[in-house]
This record gives sequence, C-alpha cells and structure tokens, in this order.
Amino acid sequence: MNRYGTPLKRVRGLGSAQAGTEHFWGQRLSAVANLFLVTFLIYSVIQLAGEPLDVVRAYFRSPVVALLAALFAFSSAYHMRLGMQVIIEDYVHANTPKFILLILNTFFAAAVALTSVIAIIKLSLGA
Amino acid sequence: MGKAEAQPARPLSPHLTIFRPYINMMMSILHRITGAANYFGTLLLAAWLTATASGPDGFMAANAVTASPIGLIILFLYSWSLIHHGLGGIRHFIWDTGRGFELPTIRLMSWATLAGSVTITLIIWFIGLTKWGAFS
Repeated sequence: MNRYGTPLKRVRGLGSAQAGTEHFWGQRLSAVANLFLVTFLIYSVIQLAGEPLDVVRAYFRSPVVALLAALFAFSSAYHMRLGMQVIIEDYVHANTPKFILLILNTFFAAAVALTSVIAIIKLSLGA
Repeated sequence: MGKAEAQPARPLSPHLTIFRPYINMMMSILHRITGAANYFGTLLLAAWLTATASGPDGFMAANAVTASPIGLIILFLYSWSLIHHGLGGIRHFIWDTGRGFELPTIRLMSWATLAGSVTITLIIWFIGLTKWGAFS
C-alpha cells in the first residue's frame, strides 16, 4: 500500500493529527505554575535558613506547605521532563541513544518527583 | 532512501560560530543551560528533603553540606539559575502574546533578564544571609 508515495504524499489531505500542541501547552502550563511555586520555594528556604530540625518539622506539618511542596515536585518534574526531551531531540539524532536517553529522562523525572513527595509526606505526617 | 554516500556534502546554514554574539542569542543559550542546570538541581532538593525526613542525623548531614563553602556556592548558582530561567520564561510569555518582537525591545528584554536575575538573586541572598545571621 502506497509503497512508492512519499510520506508527505501519504498525509496530504488528511488534515492535522489534532494532537500537536500538548507538549507546548503542558510546558507553558507548568511554567506558569512553577513561577508561583519557585517563589514559594525561595520563601521557604529563607524561612528555614539556619533553623533547627524542630522548626523545619513544624513548617512541613502545615498542610498548605506540604501541598505546595508536593505540587512543586510534580510541576517541576513535568516541566523539566518536557524541556530535557527537547534538548535530547535537538542534539541526539541516532535512534538508539536517543530513545535510551528519552526513557532515562522520564525515569529520572519520575524518580526525583516521587522521592521528594515521599519525603514531604513523611515530614508532613511528623517524621 | 538508504545511505546517502553518493551525495556531495550539503552546504550548512550559518551557525553559532558564524554569527557575532548578540545579547538575545546569549540569553537564549543561557535559558537552555539554566534549564538543564535546574533539571539536576531538583536532585539536590530531593536529597535534602529525604535526608531531613530521615531524622536528626540526616538533617545534620544535609545542613553541613548545604552550609559548607562549596554547598553555599552551588546553592547560590542554583538560586540564580532558577530565577534566570523564570525571568526568561516571562520573556517567552510576552513573546507568546505576539508582542515584543521589535529588535530594540528584544535587546532590552534580554538585558533585563540578565540584570533582573542577578539583582533579584543578590537581594534574596542578602535577605537570606541576614536571617541566617551571617552579618551579625
């Protein structure tokens, strides 16, 4: 079927795939969230600078703090996974290393986010 | 298609080494570099949170690393990198609305990204170090 047609010839007339903008939209959506959440992160670091463990624990026991910290873990991981995906696609063209790096990219983002969230939950519950 | 060995070398479009560096080009490169740096910075955050949640020993160890000279330098660069990437993101949001594509505006916004990120980082560190007791 269509063995002699070019890829362009095959898709002409079919319209768009209706699914080309998720990357852009997700990237911008998480960027907006991160503007607020990084502000919260910087505020938190200043609040906790030089404080003993008791103060740090009390800070994370606030539900609002735990919620914002967990949101930041997910939003930043989502955003950076998309960003690193573009960097990999820009510079790595051979299929095997590209797909290995794209897979590792997702693994890294998921692992960092979940590690952070587990620690946040532990602190929030009084660890 | 197969291997294109019979084809002569195609001409390449001018790239980084051809153009004279412009501020918007430098800020574009820096946006990607700071983004990649922030990528690995999250590893530090995860490590600090995990150590702190593990108890007093982990918390002491994490703070010893953070308060060491190298730890403070890395934290300073990480904070600047986050802020610079954030301001660069705001620049891109302005461009997303279709505004700010005049050359003088592009140069102004690019310089403002750099000046703003350095200024905000220094102000935040002044506040943080004052609270930490570094000046008393």
